[in-house]
Amino acid sequence: MSEPTSPDTVNPPPSRERTRQSRRRWLRTVLLTGGVMGAALSGFLPLVYARTKRLRPPGALDEKDFLASCIKCGQCVQVCPVQAIKLADLVDGVGVGVPYIDAREQACDFSCDAVQCILACPTGALVYKKPAFLGMRKGAKLAAAPILKAKEKDAEPTLNLSERIGVARLTRPEACLAIQGKGFKGQVRGATFKGRMRYMAVDRWKPIRVSEHPYDVAECDLCVRECPVKGAISIETVFAPDGTQRKSPVVHEPCVGCGVCEMICPVEPTCIVIDAREVWNT
Amino acid sequence: MSSILRRRFFDQIAVMFGREAKKPSEISERAQQVHVLKRATNKERLAEAAVAHEKARTVHKWRNRRWAVLIAANLMFTFSFWLDIQILEGALTASRFVGFHLIDLNSALQVMLAHKHIIVNLVIGTATVFVLWLLLGGRTFCSWVCPYHLLAEGAEELHLYLVRKKLVTDQNIDRRLRTLSWIVFAMLAIVTGYTVFESISPTGILSRALIYGPGLALLWVLALLVFEVFFSRRAWCRYACPIGLTYGVVGILSPLHVKYTLDSCFHEGDCRKVCLVPHVLDTVIKGRAVDIEIPIGPDCTRCGLCVDACPTGSLSFDVKGLSKLL
Repeated sequence: MSEPTSPDTVNPPPSRERTRQSRRRWLRTVLLTGGVMGAALSGFLPLVYARTKRLRPPGALDEKDFLASCIKCGQCVQVCPVQAIKLADLVDGVGVGVPYIDAREQACDFSCDAVQCILACPTGALVYKKPAFLGMRKGAKLAAAPILKAKEKDAEPTLNLSERIGVARLTRPEACLAIQGKGFKGQVRGATFKGRMRYMAVDRWKPIRVSEHPYDVAECDLCVRECPVKGAISIETVFAPDGTQRKSPVVHEPCVGCGVCEMICPVEPTCIVIDAREVWNT
Repeated sequence: MSSILRRRFFDQIAVMFGREAKKPSEISERAQQVHVLKRATNKERLAEAAVAHEKARTVHKWRNRRWAVLIAANLMFTFSFWLDIQILEGALTASRFVGFHLIDLNSALQVMLAHKHIIVNLVIGTATVFVLWLLLGGRTFCSWVCPYHLLAEGAEELHLYLVRKKLVTDQNIDRRLRTLSWIVFAMLAIVTGYTVFESISPTGILSRALIYGPGLALLWVLALLVFEVFFSRRAWCRYACPIGLTYGVVGILSPLHVKYTLDSCFHEGDCRKVCLVPHVLDTVIKGRAVDIEIPIGPDCTRCGLCVDACPTGSLSFDVKGLSKLL
């Protein structure tokens, strides 16, 4: 019964016009393939230049593994109480939509107490503890679980974090107020600064704007005072090259690289920065 | 399932992967009878058909419902974050619906291939979404959820307007390209260890832009839309997007589909004109239907534009087994 619609009749040779059309279509297909692939591969350019060394959220895997496993959903962004986490844009190539922290603008102050971003991550790009098959870079592992100053009196004062995301470094000692023996009075970073922090004396659960919390210190020690991790930084007496004694902030092993010191430094530009993904070198 | 319909079932899978829709080699007896009867159609019936199709142009029932769902779904993400109501946290690539993990299948695949390590949450979220779209029809995701689809529909309007003005023509492209792009992006993920496709996925870019604010990445989306307006109708969704193919595969066994009823069809082809994937509607061409009732193939996005366009109800939404159940 199915005889009338049989397609298996003799195929006539394709007309010239038909051939031309199909050739054009082939060209267009190649063009679109090239366009899409070109756009996709342009994502590698930033990697080739390796220009962007960004601070990742706490618990981030090593950069390569992090970029492979991040699904770019931004759930870490959503849970952060101080909105320290942002998502990267087009210029970051394959890193588009991947979270990072711009510590000078808004550092991670651990005011969530529980590293919520790690908890929120659905793909294991942020982890409390790295799976065994992923190696740990020497000096990346924290010697002990960091003790959160804010939780010091709690039954469980530590932060569930086993690896650092960077290390603080005093980059401009010549401008550092502590080294100069100067104090600081007023709003750090000015009245328009939007960065927020949790001040235990104000409210444990509600971070406020740094600009709403002016300081008056005889000798500047803000980086030490506001560091959320116990024993990560202190003011020490050091000897300058000319033999004179002076005070200076000194970073210690417990530093996790959260960036609060970078955010709170009242000097412009900041005297202390986080070297993203840096490990502790003794 | 009869052997004829089974053959069509597998044919439609091949068509989804890019094969051209062909004339059927075998048609069931009852369908053949209808085809023969239809050849005797008189002029009166044709006039009736013309009027009916004119009327159907103003019907937008399913389109409006779909747009409402699409906008609501995307705004739910946005407001969950903005208003901190935490119903649907995350973006389309991965999210939590009142705590339950939902993970986009194509994104999950990219991550698994790139990272070569799978964690439990990823499996849970992927399985949930897999079952969800298996029930709802696979590519239903494309037309009912994907924000790029909505923008592309706008671009399509503009494109068709320019076509009517004879300012542009639709340049069609080989559909096998989509299968190729799926394979290439899967390989790229495995070889490079980066989720390369995610950096150009307009679905992800738009979803994140809606939730976390716009960025430069929208320029790529704009470029795609411009390409579609001036060069090739719905090019991204039709010829390039691997997400569509992933969900298409999920929809192969879905019970929810559009059903074609041969009997009442006028064969005017309005449905094919509005369709994103007209190759799935080859069966409505006069003399092509292999049976009197045909389930439309897996590449169909269940957008309902053809259901709206059809004045006779020959195309309708159908849930396999439900009519038997009721």
